[in-house]
Amino acid sequence: MSEDDDRSPPSDSVTTTDSCFSKTQTCTSGSTSGSGPSSVPEFQAPYPDQVLENVLENVLCFLTSRRDRNAASLVCRSWYRVEALTRSELFIGNCYALSPRRATSRFTRIRSVTLKGKPRFADFNLMPPTWGAYFAPWVSAMAKAYPWLEKLHLKRMTVTDDDLALLAESFSGFKELVLVCCDGFGTSGLAYVASKCRQLRVLDLIESEVSDDEVDWISCFPESEMCLESLIFDCVDCPINFDALERLVARSPSLRKLRLNRSVSIGQLHRLMVRAPQLTHLGTGSFRPSEDVAHGEQEPDYVSAFAACESLVCLSGFREIVPDYLPAIYPVCANLTSLNLSYANITAEQLRPIIRNCHKLQILWVLDSICDEGLQAVAATCKELHELRVFPIDACEDSEGPVSEVGLQAISEGCRKLQSILYFCQRMTNAAVIAMSKNCPDLVVFRLCIMGRHRPDHVTGEPMDEGFGAIVMNCKNLTRLAVSGLLTDRAFSYIGRYGKTVRTLSVAFAGDSDMGLNYVLEGCPRLQKLEIRDSPFGDAALLSGLHHYYNMRFLWMSSCKLTSGGCQQIARALPRLVVEVINDEADEDMGNFVDKLYMYRSLEGPRDDAPKVVSIL
Amino acid sequence: MAFQRDGDLNLEATELRLGPPGTTEEPEKQTHPTTTAKCNKRSLPDMNEESAGSRTNNSNVSNEKKHDRTSPPTKAQVVGWPPIRSYRKNCLQAKKMEAEAAGSGIYVKVSMDGAPYLRKIDLKVYKDYPELLKALEDMFKFKVGEYSEREGYNGSEFAPTYEDKDGDWMLVGDVPWDMFMNSCKRLRIMKGSEARGLSCAV
Repeated sequence: MSEDDDRSPPSDSVTTTDSCFSKTQTCTSGSTSGSGPSSVPEFQAPYPDQVLENVLENVLCFLTSRRDRNAASLVCRSWYRVEALTRSELFIGNCYALSPRRATSRFTRIRSVTLKGKPRFADFNLMPPTWGAYFAPWVSAMAKAYPWLEKLHLKRMTVTDDDLALLAESFSGFKELVLVCCDGFGTSGLAYVASKCRQLRVLDLIESEVSDDEVDWISCFPESEMCLESLIFDCVDCPINFDALERLVARSPSLRKLRLNRSVSIGQLHRLMVRAPQLTHLGTGSFRPSEDVAHGEQEPDYVSAFAACESLVCLSGFREIVPDYLPAIYPVCANLTSLNLSYANITAEQLRPIIRNCHKLQILWVLDSICDEGLQAVAATCKELHELRVFPIDACEDSEGPVSEVGLQAISEGCRKLQSILYFCQRMTNAAVIAMSKNCPDLVVFRLCIMGRHRPDHVTGEPMDEGFGAIVMNCKNLTRLAVSGLLTDRAFSYIGRYGKTVRTLSVAFAGDSDMGLNYVLEGCPRLQKLEIRDSPFGDAALLSGLHHYYNMRFLWMSSCKLTSGGCQQIARALPRLVVEVINDEADEDMGNFVDKLYMYRSLEGPRDDAPKVVSIL
Repeated sequence: MAFQRDGDLNLEATELRLGPPGTTEEPEKQTHPTTTAKCNKRSLPDMNEESAGSRTNNSNVSNEKKHDRTSPPTKAQVVGWPPIRSYRKNCLQAKKMEAEAAGSGIYVKVSMDGAPYLRKIDLKVYKDYPELLKALEDMFKFKVGEYSEREGYNGSEFAPTYEDKDGDWMLVGDVPWDMFMNSCKRLRIMKGSEARGLSCAV
């Protein structure tokens, strides 16, 4: 399941490079002091520092956390060099923060790369589709620099079929490809990867847009026994060659994770499950019979198939579920730690018998079709719940709203270990949010989306300030916060005052004045990702954050009260910041205000692949 | 006939509906409008409150201080709000539309003169008229008699009628089944003289 990265440390490789280049200290590396009086050639013992470097190399191999590595690289040049030699995993949180060449020059022995492109608001059509985040320059650079690359993890990047072909050709030991929220490629690209990457263990396509090139990519996997461990393609929205898939599963004894797309019927699912009872993660596909199954025909024993999967801990899919089949999963409920029903339009009654058995459940994604009653059932059983996401079946502002503060309150009372919540609703009260802040003090991620804009507490009519205030006050580990509903500057003053650990903040249709943004920029030292839309914050507020922007990964502000003059000022004051302004041509009512501002620190300066709609100041 | 589509306006007061006395849903027992059918036409107040879209039209009330200038009668959608990934929206929307298109349920209300309760049936369930009529007979415990194009329903004091898209009351069976399915908005099993009047006026 895709999830925004919540674990980025305050300093990533960019800051390190930056501060490194500004340091002038040198370590004494073996100096060839020519002050030797005699010119008799002596045996040159290895310079003490060279020994040190060798030792260091052996020691630093054990450092895996990139935060630690960044710190180590700052000690001195020697350590910087050795750290660069021994780093095998490269994490780049913003693909425009540095160039491929810079990355490959510094780190020469990389085996695994994580690369993130567009900001999250791109998911909601707020960015022009040609904005950028192209994988192409990266794959070309890595093809030359890292021939032994094994893993690639991309998020919100534009990847083409050619990129995938180059990848498949260039990395003979390639093992793991994970594409999250990516686009630009199709089944032809997948065919390349399937056929050329002989060591492939993981092919995970998560919430990506994959075009249907009518290529039978499943058949492109080699016919011999495979070391495939994970195959996730539930987002690939085209029919697949099922027989080929069945054969693939049969010859992949190490397969543990399999997530099917909705072209797979429940009958076909059964066939696969019978071949792969060792699965730990299963995405069920459509979970409905195929069209051409005659009524009354003997249906396979789904319950037994599930019962045979004794290692199953994660269940998802149910893309077009016929709820009558849901009871088939009873045998695995007691072992499940993760259940994703967020594409299943089921009622509380249909959920109850399932959830009643899910005592070990830690992660649950559902649709609000289960209503508050369904959430009460969850709260009654799932005492180990860490993460809950409740998605709306009808994502618009004035729909019925089957879940409310009642559900939230119930969850807060029943699931005390909750760490992460995403909750879409139509109405909410401060009382319920406050209750959650007290009952679930371990919250790390709190994202509440009251879908009606500017909607107050529906019982008291008050703004939602107090609720969110309580969250930042009581949840001492909170790193990610998304606010909604009617909010005044007061809410932001709470965030500034108490949200000392907040790293990601998402704001929409909130606040009264510049003070709101000001509170946050001055009060939250750990803030790294700030995304704001449709809020009345202007240039003065923007300028109040000058001291902090180099510490952030990015700032996004759209439909606020920024002028290009204000943005210019920022660009002038902070030369290492790339300030992009996107003005929708269509929207002339904007007048003097900037439509969209996206700014981020970078070692490279303005990029050269920006489309016309983007102006870089 | 124009009328305000304000969720709480008392259209129910003028609706042709019978309900059990004492229930909160229908506090007033309605009297039958006495306008008789002239051939297949019947003038009744236009009632659309049961259409699925009604609940979305309260949007004007809640969208006060909005940034967008126009609020068309349908929901004024703001780009990218609520923040659901298009991928997810499309999946669920596709299902909703498929469900509607595939017609998982053409539900119509059925009332019978003299019966205290309204019933609701799914026309999709029935293949043709005989099936539908049989179901109605079972439901309301009556016999419908023999249908003939010329004489309507003979041998019974009941006649099944339906209101079509134009608001006209027609005899069930007059049009081909498919046409009926697409145009039927509600059913009413008429009794007595009205039934006879309708049957004769082909």
